[in-house]
Amino acid sequence: MVALTIPSIGRRAENTSPPSAVAEVMAGCSRRLIDQSLTARYSDWIAEALDEIQGCFLITDPGVAGHPIVFASHGFLAMSGYSREEVLGRNGRMFQGPATNRRSVLEIREAIREERTLQISLLNYRKDGTPHWILFHLFPVFGVDDGRVAHFVAVQVPIPRRSRSLSEARCGGARGRLFGACRNEVRSDCDLGCNLAADLFVDVDNRGLEAEESREASEQEKERASDAANSILSALTQYSKLTGRVVSSQRSRLAGISPLSSSLILSLGRIKQSFVLTDPQLPDMPIVYASDEFLSLTGYSRHEILGHNYEFLNGPDTEVEVLHQIRQSIQVECACTVRLLNYRKDGSLFWNLLHVSPVRNASGKVAFYVNVQIDENAKSDGLGLSPHMRQLGVVGAVKVAVRSLSLCAGPSRPSS
Amino acid sequence: MSRGLFRYDVMACETKVIPGEYGFVAQLNEGRHLKKRPTEFRVDRVLQPFDRAKFNFTKVGQEEVLFRFEPGESGSGRLLEDDAVGDANAPNVVAINVSPIEYGHVLLIPRVLDCLPQRIDPDSFLLALHMAAEAGSPYFRLGYNSLGAFATINHLHFQAYFLSMPFPVEKNSTQRIPIVGGLSHNGVKVSRLLNYPVRGLVYEGGNTLKDLSDVVANSCICLQENNIPFNVLISDSGRRIFLFPQVNCICCFHPPPFILAWAYCDLLDTQVNPAVWEISGHIVLKRKKDYDEASEHYAWRLLAEVSLSEARFEEVKVYIFEATGLVESEKEKMEPGDDRGAPFQSPSPVGTASPHLKVA
Repeated sequence: MVALTIPSIGRRAENTSPPSAVAEVMAGCSRRLIDQSLTARYSDWIAEALDEIQGCFLITDPGVAGHPIVFASHGFLAMSGYSREEVLGRNGRMFQGPATNRRSVLEIREAIREERTLQISLLNYRKDGTPHWILFHLFPVFGVDDGRVAHFVAVQVPIPRRSRSLSEARCGGARGRLFGACRNEVRSDCDLGCNLAADLFVDVDNRGLEAEESREASEQEKERASDAANSILSALTQYSKLTGRVVSSQRSRLAGISPLSSSLILSLGRIKQSFVLTDPQLPDMPIVYASDEFLSLTGYSRHEILGHNYEFLNGPDTEVEVLHQIRQSIQVECACTVRLLNYRKDGSLFWNLLHVSPVRNASGKVAFYVNVQIDENAKSDGLGLSPHMRQLGVVGAVKVAVRSLSLCAGPSRPSS
Repeated sequence: MSRGLFRYDVMACETKVIPGEYGFVAQLNEGRHLKKRPTEFRVDRVLQPFDRAKFNFTKVGQEEVLFRFEPGESGSGRLLEDDAVGDANAPNVVAINVSPIEYGHVLLIPRVLDCLPQRIDPDSFLLALHMAAEAGSPYFRLGYNSLGAFATINHLHFQAYFLSMPFPVEKNSTQRIPIVGGLSHNGVKVSRLLNYPVRGLVYEGGNTLKDLSDVVANSCICLQENNIPFNVLISDSGRRIFLFPQVNCICCFHPPPFILAWAYCDLLDTQVNPAVWEISGHIVLKRKKDYDEASEHYAWRLLAEVSLSEARFEEVKVYIFEATGLVESEKEKMEPGDDRGAPFQSPSPVGTASPHLKVA
C-alpha cells in the first residue's frame, strides 16, 4: 500500500514569489527559452518595436512548459509594480489573489484552452498587494506554418472606480464628496477628458475594492484595449515576416497534420519524463509530440524527430521479437511493457524499459499511442517510485488530457 | 483494466457535448447501469445508521485500494510507496470506483475502518477539501451524494475524477448573497446559482481552508438534520464548493425494489439518477437512443426534477444561514455586474432577515 502525505495547510498562497531555489532553476534552463520565444519568430528587433506601443500588456508562450510570460510592456510593469525579471518566466496567475473572481479565472483558462479571444473585467493584484480592476483582453496569435498558437497576448486596461461625485468633478469642478483625497490635479485635468482624471484617483479603501463583485468597463476602455491589441498584432505580424515564420490572428486550415492544440501541449509539458506521442491515424504512425526529457535521453532535437516513425531508436542489436511484440499489442489496441536495446543519436546504447499504451479521446477511439521510456541505468528521480509506477503516472496524465480533446464546450458566451 | 477489476472500460465510452447554451456533457455508458451495485437501504431518510451486514468498503478487495491519504509533517506533499503506516489513526483510503464514469474515477473513504455512515462531518469534509487542494488541478473534482440524493452505499465516501474541461455548473452565473457586516468574520462568501436547472449555493473564499470547510460542513449537517437530501461538488482545487439540496421524492417512499418505484416517474424511463455529477452537468446515459437524441431541453428537465422550488429553496437557505451563523443583509441586494456608481460603503446592520425555523 502507498501513503500520500499532505501538509497541514492554512491558506494556499498562490501568488507569492517562488522560493529562491526554484527561481534559480527557472532562471537557468528556461531563460533561454523565454528570450528566444519572441526573437526566434519575430527577429531581434521585436522588443524595440513592442516597447514603442503604449499600454499595459503581456505576451505568453503556450508552447513552453508552464505557459510563461515572455514579454511585459513598460506600461504593465509600471502599473503592477514588478520588475521585468520578476515577471518573465512566471505564469499569469501570479497577478491573481484571494478576491479575484474564480469564475473569471475559469473563463480565462477556457479561452486559452479553446484558443480564442476573450475580454473580461478582472481583479488583479500589484506587487505591493493592492488589488485593482482591469479590463483583460486576451487574444491568440497563430503561426501560419503549423496552425498552432504561437503566442497569447494579454492587454490590460485599468478600470477606475466611477462615482457620482467624480462625474460632478468632471462637469465643472464641484468639489462634491469624493472618495479618497480631493486633489487639485483633478480640476485642472478635467479639460483633458474624463479618463485621465479618473486615472489619477487612488483606490484608498482596498477592503471595499475586494468586496466589489465586478466592475464594468466603459466603451472607452474597451476601445483602448482593442486599439492596443491591434497595434501589437500588427507589429507581430510585420516582424514575423522577417524570419519567415509568419503569424496571423486567424488560424489557417492546413492540409496534412492537424496541429496539437496548445492546451494539450500545455498539459503534456507538465509531465517531466521521457515520452512521445505517436498518431496511428497517419501513415507510418509518426511522432507528433516529444517531451524535453526524451530529447535529452536520446540526443535528438525536436525538429529531427517530429513527423518520423519511432523506429529510429532501434538498431542492429535491438531484439526483433520485442519489436514484433510491440507491433502486435498496437494491432489489438493493448498496452505493453518491454525491455529493449536502443540507440542514441551518437550511437551509444542503452537498455530501454519501454511502456506503450493506447490513448483514447472522447469518441472512445484511439487517438494516440504514448511511448514512455526509462533508461535502466539512469538514477532514480528521487521520488522513490518504481519505474512501472512512474510510467503509469505518465500514461494517466496523458489519458486525462487527451480524453477531453475533441470535446469543445458549447458556446456559452460569444467571444468578443 | 487488465486485472479485471473494472466492470467495463470507461475509455471506450463515447462522450459528447450537448449543443446549447449550457454545454452539458453526455456519455453513452451501457455497462454502468447493468453492473452497478443496487441501492440496499431505504431512500427516504438522509441519516441512517451504518449496517455491517450490507455492502460497505471494508468488504472490497485489497486490489481495489490505491493509497492512503494522511496529513504529513513536512511542508510539501509526498508519495510514499509500500509504507507501512503503523499509526493508531484509522486510515483514510482512496480506492477505485469499479463502475467509473471517467478515467481515474476514485473513491475517498475517510477512516474506512471506523465504518462511518454516509453523512458529512467537519473532519471528513476538510479531508476532502485537502484532497482537492493537493491534486492542484482545476479539472479534478470531488463529489458527495447524501442518502436520498442517490448515494448507493451507506458508508462515508466521496467520489473524484478528472475531466479536462469545465462543468456547466462551474461556468454558470451566480449572484452573491450579501452578508451583514461586509464579509463574514471567517471570510467565506456565499452566492446562489442563477438560471440553472437545480437551485444551489456556491461557497468560496474563507480566511483559511478550514474556515471554508466548516461553513460548508455545517450547512450539510443542517440539511442532514432536517432530512433534506443534497449533493456537494468540490471544484476549482477546493476553492469553490457547490451545494444542491434536493426534493424528497415521494416516489421513493415506497419500500424496495427501488428501481420499480422509479419506473413510474416520467423521464426516469431513461433511468438516469440526478446525482452530483449529473447535476454538475456530466450525464451518463444508458441507452444509445437516449444518447443520440440527448438535448439540452432533456438535460434541463431531468435535473430540474430534483431541484427545490424557489420558495422552498429560500426557506432552506434560511435554515442554513442560521446554522452557520451567517446573516443575510436585506438592504444591499447586489445584482450580478452591478455598477451603480455610488462610492462603496460598508452595509449597515439594519434589515436583517429573521428566520422562522420550520421543522421539516
